Amino acid sequence: MSDSASIKTNYAEVENAGLGFWAVFSVFALLFLVGLGAFNYMHHHGHYVTGMNNQIVWGMPHVFAIFLILAASGAANIATLGTVFKKQIYQPQGRLSLLLAASLLIGGLVVILLDLGRIDHVIEMATGALNFSSVFAWNVILYSGFIAIIAVYLWTMVDRNKVAKAQYKSMGIINFIWRVILTTGTGSIFGVLLARQSYEVIAMVPLFLAVSYLLGTAVYSLTLILIFKLTQREIGNDLLIRLSNSLSIFIIAVLVFECLRYIINTFVINHPGGEVLPLLSQGFTSLFWLGQIVIGCLIPLALLFGPWFKNHTSTLLISSFLIVIGGLVQLYVIIVGGQSHPLVLFPGAETSSTFADGIVNQYSATWSEYLLGFGGIGLAFCLLLIGLRVLRILPTTLSD
Amino acid sequence: MKKNNFDTYRRNFLSLVGLTAATATIAPNLILRQAKAKPDDEAITDKVRWGLLIDVNKLTNGGDACVAACKKEHGWGEEPHSNEAQKAQWVRKVTVTKKESGDTFSLPIMCQHCETAPCVDVCPTGASMKRIDGIVQVDKHICIGCRYCMMACPYKARSFVHENLFDQRPDTPRGKGTVESCNLCVHRIDKGKNPACVDADPEAIIFGDLNDPVSKISIALKENDTTQIRADLGLNTGVRYQGL
Repeated sequence: MSDSASIKTNYAEVENAGLGFWAVFSVFALLFLVGLGAFNYMHHHGHYVTGMNNQIVWGMPHVFAIFLILAASGAANIATLGTVFKKQIYQPQGRLSLLLAASLLIGGLVVILLDLGRIDHVIEMATGALNFSSVFAWNVILYSGFIAIIAVYLWTMVDRNKVAKAQYKSMGIINFIWRVILTTGTGSIFGVLLARQSYEVIAMVPLFLAVSYLLGTAVYSLTLILIFKLTQREIGNDLLIRLSNSLSIFIIAVLVFECLRYIINTFVINHPGGEVLPLLSQGFTSLFWLGQIVIGCLIPLALLFGPWFKNHTSTLLISSFLIVIGGLVQLYVIIVGGQSHPLVLFPGAETSSTFADGIVNQYSATWSEYLLGFGGIGLAFCLLLIGLRVLRILPTTLSD
Repeated sequence: MKKNNFDTYRRNFLSLVGLTAATATIAPNLILRQAKAKPDDEAITDKVRWGLLIDVNKLTNGGDACVAACKKEHGWGEEPHSNEAQKAQWVRKVTVTKKESGDTFSLPIMCQHCETAPCVDVCPTGASMKRIDGIVQVDKHICIGCRYCMMACPYKARSFVHENLFDQRPDTPRGKGTVESCNLCVHRIDKGKNPACVDADPEAIIFGDLNDPVSKISIALKENDTTQIRADLGLNTGVRYQGL
């Protein structure tokens, strides 16, 4: 089934890339270059030029990086739907889904890499300095493996050779399983931190899975609509409605798992410090409610469900954009908010010191951190656009 | 008569040999245990586990002396470009006020040298490591500066170096972009000395081998009511407190 659908679809490189295409490419290339500049600035001076400190050790670069990694895993879901779940409407988009996933992942990894204090020491990892009791080390393997799997999976889609085609289905399944493990691994980075009270592995992993599906589908929808507009190709209403429905379901899933996280943290886990989620009381309230819940979930949900917008393209476009903003805010609240809550050293006592014990930690990202994050987005979309320019990734049409 | 003299001589000789042998066997152990000295070419051993016992009631100004000695020994906290939240603090004086009773006390908190250290578990490269004698420290040569260990440490005992450093202490190599923390003055321990904080407040802090049942620290741990901070986490810390 999948094979025949792939064969029926015509794919074409972006051959007559007009000014618009190159203008968009230039914007992303510039973002990437500026991101590199920000890296050079941070690397030359040290991290004192950032807003990160010994209390908030992970900041804005990590928000962007984890956003891109989660979105990568979710974006590949379109390919999974076509291959594993045999949804015909998604089968022609498998290639775009995978190329986008790989590009986003590389963008995210580069941001993490460029934020490291000693990037030159990474070479030690290649020579065997890997600690397999570390979730982080496992993720390095999961991320590299994901890119390798995407490469083979893409080959089974693109190559008409029988050997390649024979592997199509199994690669789809491998990719699906790998994605779930990868997102679980990413959630576990936070989940295994026993000292941090707002992270619990049983709450973080399902939440990250849901967030990954939501962000991936939103970024995919944005990319699909804009690229098709740019290359003057058609998208049918059926597909737009399907994507809208998927987004609605994923928004509800994220809301459910966010509630579950709150319930688990408040009622199930017996934290010695008592109140645990900073997002409801300490400095992150408005970001959480306004940014994550209203802008990132409720407004898109109203747009996607409501009868007031008949134009599916703009509804999906606006909703996806708001979901992306909400997703970035959510990750900020999780990552920075989670660190802002003081560690409980003495349950039932108040503490103070010269090292910010007992107080809610403050963080304000500097421009270099934002630029590094945007640099990752720039790199991801540069890679995507180059791929679309030289490879037969895009279907010539996705009309009904 | 002659025979008797010979017997006496022989007995005295044998006694002397026996005494010498006994002294040669026992004395080095006694002397070594006292001074803890170890030749440079001798490997460290897992037979010992170094630890500290801090008596909160005997501390000089709640740990000020200890903090000052550590700072002087290792030279942290003088980073000119970093702001207060970015400057390194290997040990800090924490003031604790119990909510119910209102009782207040202060104590120094540094790396607790956990037996099952979360920072060692999470480090992707193995830079955050535990020596077989229980000292937890960072191998600066392979630390990539990801700060995951800082996220994982329940005691917030680690600092990240946010800038270039100059005029460092010869025994404390530090570097921009790497993580650092109390290493129990490993350079002093390996020379048979006490950590700097112990020498700065010897009445309040006992340093020694937790594995040795007759060491001063082990005896003090047996005789007194001592605590581990956040013992509920089950990390079996090498730093213990008395009088909390």
